[in-house]
Amino acid sequence: MSTGWLVGSAVVAVIVAPLIGGLLRGIDRKLTAHMQGRIGPPIIQPFYDVIKLFGKKPMVAGGAQMAFTYAYLALIITAVVFFALRQDLLVVLFVLFFGGLCLPIGALSVKSPYSQFGGHRELLQFLAYEPILLLAAIPIALKTSGFTIVSIFEYGQPLLPHLWITFIALLIALAIVMRKSPFDISGSEHAHQELVRGVVTEYSGPYLALIEIGHWYEMVLLLSILGLFWVTGSLWWLSIIIALGSWFIMLIVDNINARLTWSWMLKFAWGVGIVLVALNILFVNLRWM
Amino acid sequence: MGILSTARMKSPWLLHFDCGSCNGCDIEILAALTPLYDIERFGIVNMGNPKHADVLLVTGPANHRNYRVLRNLYEQMPDPKGVIVVGTCGCTGGVFHNCPNIIGGIDKVIPVDVYVPGCAARPEAIIDGVVLALKKLSVS
Repeated sequence: MSTGWLVGSAVVAVIVAPLIGGLLRGIDRKLTAHMQGRIGPPIIQPFYDVIKLFGKKPMVAGGAQMAFTYAYLALIITAVVFFALRQDLLVVLFVLFFGGLCLPIGALSVKSPYSQFGGHRELLQFLAYEPILLLAAIPIALKTSGFTIVSIFEYGQPLLPHLWITFIALLIALAIVMRKSPFDISGSEHAHQELVRGVVTEYSGPYLALIEIGHWYEMVLLLSILGLFWVTGSLWWLSIIIALGSWFIMLIVDNINARLTWSWMLKFAWGVGIVLVALNILFVNLRWM
Repeated sequence: MGILSTARMKSPWLLHFDCGSCNGCDIEILAALTPLYDIERFGIVNMGNPKHADVLLVTGPANHRNYRVLRNLYEQMPDPKGVIVVGTCGCTGGVFHNCPNIIGGIDKVIPVDVYVPGCAARPEAIIDGVVLALKKLSVS
């Protein structure tokens, strides 16, 4: 693969990812409304929301918060660029982690109790899903003998038949990243909750719009990582089906679950997620899978 | 009409504050969220956070007990913003107008854009009021 082609795909990814992410959010709201017996907003509603937010007067609770908002978006875009350049999967995950971390740090820089609580809970979410994401890179590396995304493409076989246990664990991480019930403890996308809007309570106007765009990038990146599980061979288009299928599973899980507590989330993510990945690593080592 | 004013018309986020109403109007506001009226069709979302809201929906008469809270919420909303008063109590004080603890209508405390009278106001009237307030938002 030539360098020019890779750079071109990175540029396309940076432009197209938020469009796909916003559209997915719009379809998400529409489907959720239909599942609840409502008609729901038009599917381009998230774009209306973001444009409107850019037109609001900026109100910042502190300079640090503003800086962390920009850092959040910049680091997430960096992670998307690394992914499109087919770099090291671990680097992508680490940059994604540091980007995501800017959000609670910015929230914690404000004294509002809701923002503080939301920030702490966001950190607990990281504690829950970050080990799953990082550990999931290990069975992939064991199979493809390399941590880079290039090595997944060069492996020549789909990963899902060997690593479906890891895939299930990644779905748990995806639900937490997408802030879906039962894991929407740090700031729910929909209903009122005890934390007002949790981690994004103190972000408003254009800064909230930047966070929303960053969230679209984050979601598309996570879905693309899930798509890597069937990216080679003649059935490469299955990667898109797998990514969209996982996204749809998240919608159903969101609509049939209530919000649960952070301690339950930690127990579930560690007790089920990490154990699943560890089992997969064991099976790959024993050459059972 | 520019893209920004279109977006403003299509995405009004509401903040609902009860100044001490009898809950009649509040129930009607929440009725607008149910599948029957489904105001999310128009991109209207009921927010719990003044910093994210575009439109403030107030029910009940202004009173000495919580007018500071009302003014604080109003000031926390970033511009451009609109205020809608729902129900007769909020418009003029209603049946409470000469009580010692009552200041009067909401417009004695904060500037009001749209008055939705009624005891209680119908959900259709509330949605009409929001649409009227949006016209003000889209030109500012």
